[in-house]
Amino acid sequence: MAPSLIATLINVAVMLGFVLTVVPVMVWVERRGSALIQDRPGPNRLGPLGLIQPLADALKFMFKEDVTPNAVDKPLYLLAPALAIMPAMLTISVIPFGPDLTINGRTYPLAITNAPAGVLLFLALASLGVYSLVLAGYASNNKFSLMGAIRASAQMISYELALTLAVLAVVIPVGSFNPADIVAYQRQHVWMFIPEILGFLVFLIASFAETNRLPFDLPEAESELVAGFHTEYSAMRFAAFFMGEYMSMTSLSALGVTLYFGGWSLPGVDLHGWIGAIVGLLVLVAKIAFCMAVFVWVRWSFPRFRYDQLMRLGWKVLLPIAIVNLILISALTLAGVL
Amino acid sequence: METVIFLLFALLAVASSLVVVLHKNPVYSTMSLVVTLFSVAVLFVLLGAPFIGALQVLIYTGAILVLFLFVLMLLNITREESAVTAQKGQLAAAVLGALVFGGMLLLLVLEARRPLDPMTEELVSMKGLARSLFTEYLLPFEIVGLLLLVAVIGATVVARRPPQPGPTVSGLETPEEIEP
Repeated sequence: MAPSLIATLINVAVMLGFVLTVVPVMVWVERRGSALIQDRPGPNRLGPLGLIQPLADALKFMFKEDVTPNAVDKPLYLLAPALAIMPAMLTISVIPFGPDLTINGRTYPLAITNAPAGVLLFLALASLGVYSLVLAGYASNNKFSLMGAIRASAQMISYELALTLAVLAVVIPVGSFNPADIVAYQRQHVWMFIPEILGFLVFLIASFAETNRLPFDLPEAESELVAGFHTEYSAMRFAAFFMGEYMSMTSLSALGVTLYFGGWSLPGVDLHGWIGAIVGLLVLVAKIAFCMAVFVWVRWSFPRFRYDQLMRLGWKVLLPIAIVNLILISALTLAGVL
Repeated sequence: METVIFLLFALLAVASSLVVVLHKNPVYSTMSLVVTLFSVAVLFVLLGAPFIGALQVLIYTGAILVLFLFVLMLLNITREESAVTAQKGQLAAAVLGALVFGGMLLLLVLEARRPLDPMTEELVSMKGLARSLFTEYLLPFEIVGLLLLVAVIGATVVARRPPQPGPTVSGLETPEEIEP
């Protein structure tokens, strides 16, 4: 096999391994985290601190009966859970997780793809995530599911706009859509969240809406829509939506870390070679873990928005702020400040 | 390898666009359109224009088609309405569409007579695209921008409800703010 092919396969193994490992870890963090915030013990029977609990959950999902209601639109009903996992697995491929590695005079980038339009590719593939929600809601042939699907499509479109504009404001001073270049820029200058604090706040809020997490989990709002778009799903298909949510949180956190917090780099530390690759990966994972903890923290601390409040926030607050931020950053870049 | 990928996605694009036209269920048609646009995006990438390919997926499949689905679900159209219900001005629109398509086809045939400039990396890159948009093709670009602005204003005017007569109770929502 060609060395570059082996390198790509190793990169794929590292990144996909990471994204898939996140799910059971996050199940534990979410359950224990919510228990901590609500002042109750949480799952503590299986293993120390209940660490084996996710394994039991997974076994339960696998052995439960997979119920497919009669009135569903079968092909779309079966397609939707698969589509929930796909975008997160694809988008993680553009995230660089270490410095370029030189072995026997050949340089290998530590990212699955080193695409010149990487950031755009990420946004493009992430935007496909909404199809799983919409199709699940439509195919279930259930009023509550349909309501969830309609909400999901409107919500995702509204917040994607603000998210994309915030990301573009990072691309302008760097002058490249390649995530590796964005990390390199931040190694030379400062982490992006300092000059782009406005853009970062928009990105942060929009990413909660994009991943359907509280306070923006309107598509599944269990107090009004039963379980929203996945009301009719059970067993492993339901678990697929669950996994998809955690995986897209991971990949969006990875993008946020890469854009605003220097990606795999540490300020003042020159990472290179094998040690740099391993430390870089660990640094990236640590930063992502912090973002995931914030996701959990926010989820159990804030009440859910009302639907009209959600729409108003997206279009009348976040979008104008994102546009102002874009103009501001462009002007600063032209003036040579950034 | 490139030929195989091209053939695969070209066939997929043609087949799925046939499904778009022929399928009875509009939701399936829309999902086929997603496949079509995605295949065309892959063809763009094969031509060395990943920027246009990514934009195609981001804008068309990621936003516009989701709005298609949104409307289909909101109106709950699950079967194609009878094809006989002709809209007013349908014929005029069809003739206009055919004229534009014919003109483009004619232009293509005429252009094909003389050798085309080779497609360079510079030409399809983001910088090259932006430069030609903002210098050589500035006027058409501005006109398209104006057209979109007019469309946005038009849509807002159509969607806006006339102001309700009578006193409104403060603290209550206006009808526009209640969720669809």
